[in-house]
Amino acid sequence: MTTTPMDGGQALIRALENEGVDLLFGLPGGAILPVYDPLIDSSIRHVLVRHEQGAGHMASGYAHATGRPGVLMVTSGPGATNAVTALCDAHLDSVPMVCITGQVPVGAIGTDAFQECDTTGITMSVTKHNFLVTEAQDIPRVVKEAFHIATTGRPGPVLVDIPKDIVDPGNPASAMEWSDDIEMDLPGYNPDTGVDKADIAAAADLIRSAERPVLYVGGGILKARAAEALRQLAELTGIHVVTTLMARGAFPDSHDLCLGMPGMHGNFTAVTAMQEADLLVALGARFDDRVTGRLDGFAPDARIVHVDIDSAELGKVRRADVAIRGDCRVAIEALVAELQADGLGDADRVAWRSRVSGWQERFPLVYEAWVPGQALKPQYVIERLRDLSPDDTIVASGVGQHQMWASQYWNFDHPYTWINSGGLGTMGYAIPAAIGAKAGMPDRMVWAIDGDGCFQMTAQELVTATVEGFPIKVALLNNSYLGMVRQWQEMFYDERYSEVFLSKDVPDYKMWAQSMGCEAMRVDDPDEIDAAITKANEIDDRPVVIDFRVMAEEKVYPMVPSGATNSDLVVPPLQADQPR
Amino acid sequence: MNVAEPDYRYHTLVVTVENKSGVLARVAGLFARRGFNIESLAVAPTDDDRFSRLTIVVDLESAPLDQVVKQLDKLVNVVEIRELHPGSAVERELMIVTVEAEPDRRDELVEQLDRAGGKVLSVGADRMMLSLVGPPKRIDEFENLLRPFGIVELQRTGRVALAVLDEDA
Repeated sequence: MTTTPMDGGQALIRALENEGVDLLFGLPGGAILPVYDPLIDSSIRHVLVRHEQGAGHMASGYAHATGRPGVLMVTSGPGATNAVTALCDAHLDSVPMVCITGQVPVGAIGTDAFQECDTTGITMSVTKHNFLVTEAQDIPRVVKEAFHIATTGRPGPVLVDIPKDIVDPGNPASAMEWSDDIEMDLPGYNPDTGVDKADIAAAADLIRSAERPVLYVGGGILKARAAEALRQLAELTGIHVVTTLMARGAFPDSHDLCLGMPGMHGNFTAVTAMQEADLLVALGARFDDRVTGRLDGFAPDARIVHVDIDSAELGKVRRADVAIRGDCRVAIEALVAELQADGLGDADRVAWRSRVSGWQERFPLVYEAWVPGQALKPQYVIERLRDLSPDDTIVASGVGQHQMWASQYWNFDHPYTWINSGGLGTMGYAIPAAIGAKAGMPDRMVWAIDGDGCFQMTAQELVTATVEGFPIKVALLNNSYLGMVRQWQEMFYDERYSEVFLSKDVPDYKMWAQSMGCEAMRVDDPDEIDAAITKANEIDDRPVVIDFRVMAEEKVYPMVPSGATNSDLVVPPLQADQPR
Repeated sequence: MNVAEPDYRYHTLVVTVENKSGVLARVAGLFARRGFNIESLAVAPTDDDRFSRLTIVVDLESAPLDQVVKQLDKLVNVVEIRELHPGSAVERELMIVTVEAEPDRRDELVEQLDRAGGKVLSVGADRMMLSLVGPPKRIDEFENLLRPFGIVELQRTGRVALAVLDEDA
């Protein structure tokens, strides 16, 4: 085996190239500086962000859209701590990412050196795994292990902390011998993806006999690239599908069997079908509290089949009657084969189907009509955006009311077209995530649907978008409030509004966006909405921001109040008199 | 330390981990953030210097055993977890203790010590240092026995354990 002498910095870049990395989101600084020199000669494109959190969310958006791991590189100390939110976000949403952080030289670790922080200590609980590399020779192996861990089993973020001396060509500690023969050493990591046949047979039996079954589909379906398998299962069995916030697009919204999003702001039919089901087949879903509502009142009559690649999810929240540890695609394909071979059973689901369609007729998603003099209806803005943009548009969202409306009113017919922060609920996610998605999928239209509170947290990345040439579009649903908190204060705190009003006039979003190189518009009148969206969709050489002035009083319905069971779903006032 | 009664509230996990820096912090951090309580913890290298072994006694009032094991197993550096049911494990613990021992009470103390199978490690003017190895319950009993003499300082290791040998194997 031939080896090539090089320094640790060169080895790091070469190791990233070997992993197929084409894009790196980052921002240099003292400790990571030596790695930025060999980067000049690399095939990897670096995207220079304006804040390290942005780099993290860009990597996340890239990973969501492409299925490939997102990679970010930042310096030690504040560079690393700024990335922590994005790592935690990716950890909760199981997004494959690799984060390279600079560190002070090995000899300075533990001395409170300039820009030193305990990066591996700080990120231990927000990564799937992390490494502190202390020898230049170990860099290729650790990088390979990091990508392997990030992308296999239940995906997640992995951090590699690299002290400066082992990548600095001026330091003898950086000398190493590159070899193409890199062997991983992970004796405790076995991401088995096979499924147990007996479990599949038991699950099939429950499906055959269920009269009120629902397929409860989570983000794991997307991670497992299992959307097509899911469609086969649903169509073979005729069982309805609910797609959680993390799984929007995993099953087409326009499909007859799709009931849409369940949970706290799910639609009535999705929530109620789960609640009344006698069988929930949970596929890559984790019984999150935002889906279950009060746990002891959740789906009380349902037996549970639970498929997850992470065995720790099985039985964590709700006991499963059949627990299947394995990859969702493998499990679903096995289930389809089993049902095709031994039959679908003869359970009578006629009454159930008619109940479901009755709920769909009585409780569609609705909002009250716009009245002259009012600000825009945010739901209407999203509907127009949906109808005027291509079918395969990628939508990234921030966190709050606009996120829920986007999930509710967009029509997701393709997997990997919806990118949002589900687990951590990170405000400011939309703009950098949209940039990452656009960077990974340059031929697709990418809209960020954002709120004004979120926008102010990460808007500076629009500078990145302009300078680096990522023409994303931002629909800013601007109601001058932290809208979701305002909604809770209105509904549960006697309309006592505490610290939720931002400002009607400041900042001037149009001027701000223009100053960052974006095309910018402001829309106050419903009649101007279509023209603004059409104009935005025609621009492809720079980012676009549309400041839609929307109603602050508008609330997200339906809603399961915190602490209530899903049976106590609050429907919009328009539907309050409908028989359930 | 209030050591466990050998009931089903406490389970012993023997966890083989990679012998790398920070691994103990990963295990301890996991227990802390998931709200799992550790009753006792002993750590030492194994005969293979790539691995260390942790003997963790888990309080199952804080979390179901299944969750503790599965979450531990997700740690990349955890290589193997053996769960030892109470009754199927050989458990040992070491205690060293300094007790008040005026000359006129020494015979009595040494008699108790002999009966328990302990050793005298050191003798001072009015104190003695003793050690005892045994099942945790016997250590508890001996500790209670010593209390009337006056315990000056006491240190226990926490338990280590291995599975009972299978007679057929």
